[in-house]
Amino acid sequence: MSFIEIKDLKFSYLDEDEKSATVINGINLNIEKGEFLAILGRNGSGKSTLAKLMNMILEPESGEITVDGIKLSPNMSDKDILEVRKNVGMVFQNPDNQLVATVVEEDIAFGPENLGIESSEIRRRVDNALETVGMKEYAKHAPSRLSGGQKQRIAIAGVLAMMPRCIIFDEATAMLDPAGRDEVMRTICKLNKERQITIVHITHDMSEAVLADRVVVMDRGEIVMQGRPCEIFSQVEKMFEIGLAVPQVTELCHILKTHGVELPDGIITEDEAAVAIFGIGKGRVQ
Amino acid sequence: MMSDITLGQFFPGNSPLHRIDPRMKLILTILYIVVVFMADTIVSVLAVLLLSVLLIPVGNIPLRTVLKSMKPLLFIMIFTGLINLFWTKDGILVCSFWIIEIYSAGIVQAIFIIVRIAALLLGSTMLISYTTSPIALTDGMEQLLAPLSRIKIPVHDFAMMMTIALRFIPTLIEETDKIMSAQKARGADFSTGSIIKRAKALIPIFIPLFLSCIRRADELAVAMECRCYNGGKGKTRMNVLHYKALDFAALALVIVAGVLVFFVNKVPLPVFLLTK
Repeated sequence: MSFIEIKDLKFSYLDEDEKSATVINGINLNIEKGEFLAILGRNGSGKSTLAKLMNMILEPESGEITVDGIKLSPNMSDKDILEVRKNVGMVFQNPDNQLVATVVEEDIAFGPENLGIESSEIRRRVDNALETVGMKEYAKHAPSRLSGGQKQRIAIAGVLAMMPRCIIFDEATAMLDPAGRDEVMRTICKLNKERQITIVHITHDMSEAVLADRVVVMDRGEIVMQGRPCEIFSQVEKMFEIGLAVPQVTELCHILKTHGVELPDGIITEDEAAVAIFGIGKGRVQ
Repeated sequence: MMSDITLGQFFPGNSPLHRIDPRMKLILTILYIVVVFMADTIVSVLAVLLLSVLLIPVGNIPLRTVLKSMKPLLFIMIFTGLINLFWTKDGILVCSFWIIEIYSAGIVQAIFIIVRIAALLLGSTMLISYTTSPIALTDGMEQLLAPLSRIKIPVHDFAMMMTIALRFIPTLIEETDKIMSAQKARGADFSTGSIIKRAKALIPIFIPLFLSCIRRADELAVAMECRCYNGGKGKTRMNVLHYKALDFAALALVIVAGVLVFFVNKVPLPVFLLTK
């Protein structure tokens, strides 16, 4: 059984004139344990709404979501809601708006404290989480003095301390500078590879989507494409049609091909491009 | 310019005063205030002031910092002193000119009042403001008042609000700075004109600031829910406060001071040192 199962999910918001605007329009999606899934889509395509539906921040209108065997419904018990939220952590776009406490370690302790975990165990988890995101020396700092990337790593640590099975990143890299993005992406990959934590990464950045096991493309509340990154990005024209970009190298190869250069499909990294174009050996080309 | 505002007057350190449990500090402060008001002769109130002055080296706070923060209250001290000086008509007449008559009791009373205010201020700031971080204070208050939640007083909610306010003050200061710069870049003028004009110039700062606050609050609420926050039900803590020997020693000291004051009050004074 998949970790998260979504069947015929529909959701709409009510706007000011009480008219409902459908945001999620019949989505079917299974997310496997330990998978790294990237969700792409334009603004307003329903990505963030889908994420919020997965841990009961929003309630589905119709359809079904099951998280680790627990079916989400408006009349589920508080205990089950907490269990789902504990298992599906979420990291948001603005690092400032998700840190609660004035001291880094207090903030990380917030989740486990809410779960009613014993204080010695919280201490252990906080130290562990700080270690994992590489912020041990900042335990006593004030979050407001940290850089964007550091704050976002603290937010990740705060989610990690709840010991989730899955973490959803809702455009968690969008507000960061390139260095901060790099820090956060490395942390995400580490969690996925070393801790087998299921990752759902919502992003606009195609070079981040390349790192995923599977890419889901959403448009107008529906899933329009899904597959391995190289399968998705080889359909350059279709991606442009939806209003999305492809990784720079993929676009370069696409342009070269339209001008008659013979290249294979599905090139998504610089390495592959280098090999394909010049037949250069493996070394990482930056 | 605004980014180096420090919260309160907290002076980080590791002195015995810093290490006292915040809950105990709150209790001690209340007891200390009682002691100050118990002291009702000039000698005993001076003794209390002396004791609180001794806290400055104990807390390892620079004397200049302490004096500087007393400055704003200097006016109140002098003002109350003067009123007492002129309106007390008791004891020996010291001098009189025009309609003003100054009596010995007036002089003593004026000094008494000034010393009392100074002692009150110095002792409580040494115990709370300089040596307790705002977060420790919030924690202390929450845990000290926790029993009140049984009679439906939302102690946890208040503590949570305090924590969030403290957390967001630097963020909002930064944001205000940014908005001000943005408005200045578009020709806004905050520093010239009449008071009304200047107050009006602040509107384009406050509206975006409020809007962004509301948006932040919304996002923070969702983020808190995602981290299993449910209003503090069944919440545990990472740092549980424990009373230590030091805390009881401090408590004993304040009680001893109270007993001393009680006896010093009884010491007979010469007539020119009496307030009445």
